[in-house]
Amino acid sequence: MWRALQGVFSRDLALAWRQRSDVLSTLVFFVMVVSLFPLGLGPEPATLRAVAPGVLWVAAMLASMLSLARLFAGDHADGTLEQLLLAPQPLTYLVLAKITAHWVASGLPLTLLAPLLGVQFDMSGADIAILTASLAVGTPVLSLVGAVGAALTVGLRGAGVLVPLLVLPLCIPVLIFGTGAVDAAASGAGPGPHFSILGAMLGLALAGAPLASAAALRISLD
Amino acid sequence: MSLQPPLLSASDLDCRRGRRRLFHGVSLALGAGCALLVTGRNGSGKTTLLRTLCGLTRPERGEIAWRGRSIRSHRDEYNAELLYLGHANALKDDLTAEENLANAMAIGGGEGAGEARRALADLGLEACAGLPAKSLSQGQRRRVALARLWLSRARPLWVLDEPFVALDAESSEMLRQLLERHLDDGGALVFTTHQDITLAPDRLQQLRLGA
Amino acid sequence: MTEATATRNPARPQPAGPIWLRYAAPLAFDPLAARMIPWFFGAAAILALAGLYVGFFVAPTDATQGEVYRVIFIHVPAAWMSMFIYLVMAGWAAIGLIFNTRLSAMMASALAPTGAMFTFLALWTGALWGKPTWGTWWVWDARLTSELILLFLYIGFIALQAAIEDPRRADRAGAVLAIVGVVNVPIIYFSVRWWNTLHQGASVNLTSAPKMATTMLLGMLIMAVACWMYSIAAALWRLRSIIAEREFGFDVEAP
Repeated sequence: MWRALQGVFSRDLALAWRQRSDVLSTLVFFVMVVSLFPLGLGPEPATLRAVAPGVLWVAAMLASMLSLARLFAGDHADGTLEQLLLAPQPLTYLVLAKITAHWVASGLPLTLLAPLLGVQFDMSGADIAILTASLAVGTPVLSLVGAVGAALTVGLRGAGVLVPLLVLPLCIPVLIFGTGAVDAAASGAGPGPHFSILGAMLGLALAGAPLASAAALRISLD
Repeated sequence: MSLQPPLLSASDLDCRRGRRRLFHGVSLALGAGCALLVTGRNGSGKTTLLRTLCGLTRPERGEIAWRGRSIRSHRDEYNAELLYLGHANALKDDLTAEENLANAMAIGGGEGAGEARRALADLGLEACAGLPAKSLSQGQRRRVALARLWLSRARPLWVLDEPFVALDAESSEMLRQLLERHLDDGGALVFTTHQDITLAPDRLQQLRLGA
Repeated sequence: MTEATATRNPARPQPAGPIWLRYAAPLAFDPLAARMIPWFFGAAAILALAGLYVGFFVAPTDATQGEVYRVIFIHVPAAWMSMFIYLVMAGWAAIGLIFNTRLSAMMASALAPTGAMFTFLALWTGALWGKPTWGTWWVWDARLTSELILLFLYIGFIALQAAIEDPRRADRAGAVLAIVGVVNVPIIYFSVRWWNTLHQGASVNLTSAPKMATTMLLGMLIMAVACWMYSIAAALWRLRSIIAEREFGFDVEAP
């Protein structure tokens, strides 16, 4: 089974690399959305510093939603997804391998890009560190929950807009605690509890999302 | 006539697509070394029947059993003995032919992942092995997809939807011989085709849909 | 070409079998639903009148908020129902998914718009309450924000089912979404409560309703039961039209 998981994982990563432009577009979207806020709110550093964690987190969520379209749509179109459903390994693990590859190609670069954008908003070094850490724990949850939405809407006409509609409300707790961690650190209260809760959410998502996505895929390909 | 229990059996299958009932009351029994050819007009539900037999589509009514056990409750075991090739070639455009084949074998649980290159060479696709799938012709892509069959001789049940499409005469003959060999080895085959393919008639059943 | 004649009275299977399975087939349940609907509407109407009477005439005027607080008699029952219906909807959807029954899934689809309506009503009455009391039409307090997110969940469910052509796929996909949603609802509620206390302290809180006199509580409970009766009636009504759409004129053979 390990070989099959590795097969899925490395295939998706190889494809993400060979279709680099898709990945880069998502990152550019992230940067663009973040840049819109100073343009909309005014360049006052104090304002920007205050809104920075929220802005970066929301932009990361939106960019993740965009990239989710890639998760199953390509495989569905060329018939590879069917073969995945016919593999002798439990679909839940194969889906988890796909989601992991997807996060490495989208969530991880977003997280690594965040410090640069934090500097744009005049965030302090410590705050940037906490924000990046919160994204590192939170973006996998976005990928996991998003996979359920992507699996439910595979092959549907309006899937592009439907996925954010379904997934964003479910990701609100991650947003709240991700930004809350930064605020807590800034105010001296300590971000520990927030990271614990984020970690718990990640654990829950790991336990439930691949299973739900696998069930959704079987329903969608029925 | 074989007195062994059938490998694949289905009883009273009823399939719908949306509001349309495609077929009902379909039953079949397939033993080792036997082939089932599903025929019917376009839109009569041939592909749906094949997909239902693979467990991809849930029938409205009816049961399907492999070696006497329901495929729904023994899905992983069934999948290990099943090879399905549908209309779509299941090739990734941006991977080379060899990568595609090796990957498909790895995920499908086959042992032949390391033999991808040899299999492609046997099929005369040596030159294509290192090319990305998107730069291959229709026929070449079909042959790369079918190469899985050459590496999956041990799989008892082959379900093939229009396998001969886009193949030239020589490749068609190679495939026909492979299917015969598969039946000789005690495998079972379910397939559809619009072409005049003659497999040994004494072990070929026909099922006509939409009569 | 055979025309599908969708009449109200095709050859109907007579209900048979143990009582809990007797009406499990949609076509068998339809006449039962038709008989039940008027009773539930009637009960809802009577209880609503009683509840509003208690709310507007019997319950005392509040010391701090005056007469305005009376909107609570609609706001709180609507909020309760919006949450309750989501749970019931997810429950029916789960049963439909696990046991592969059509009627349960149809019931879930029938409930969703009513639940969304109550959510919207809770938000609207919350705004009506907020304006005179706090001076603003909208307040980001824990309950209103949770209700807003719940509205998004309802809309997502309805949108997903609307986007899927095949009714069985729509049933099952909606069920997965509803189950995932129901698991998330406590998490969302907890997160929003935490977020609210952190950012606004204890100042703005729509849930700080006036100290409950017994009559106020009674009024709210009566209204809650009235909303419940109405929900059942509305859901059964919608269920009948779903059954009509899906079950009648079925078995159209391909020409």
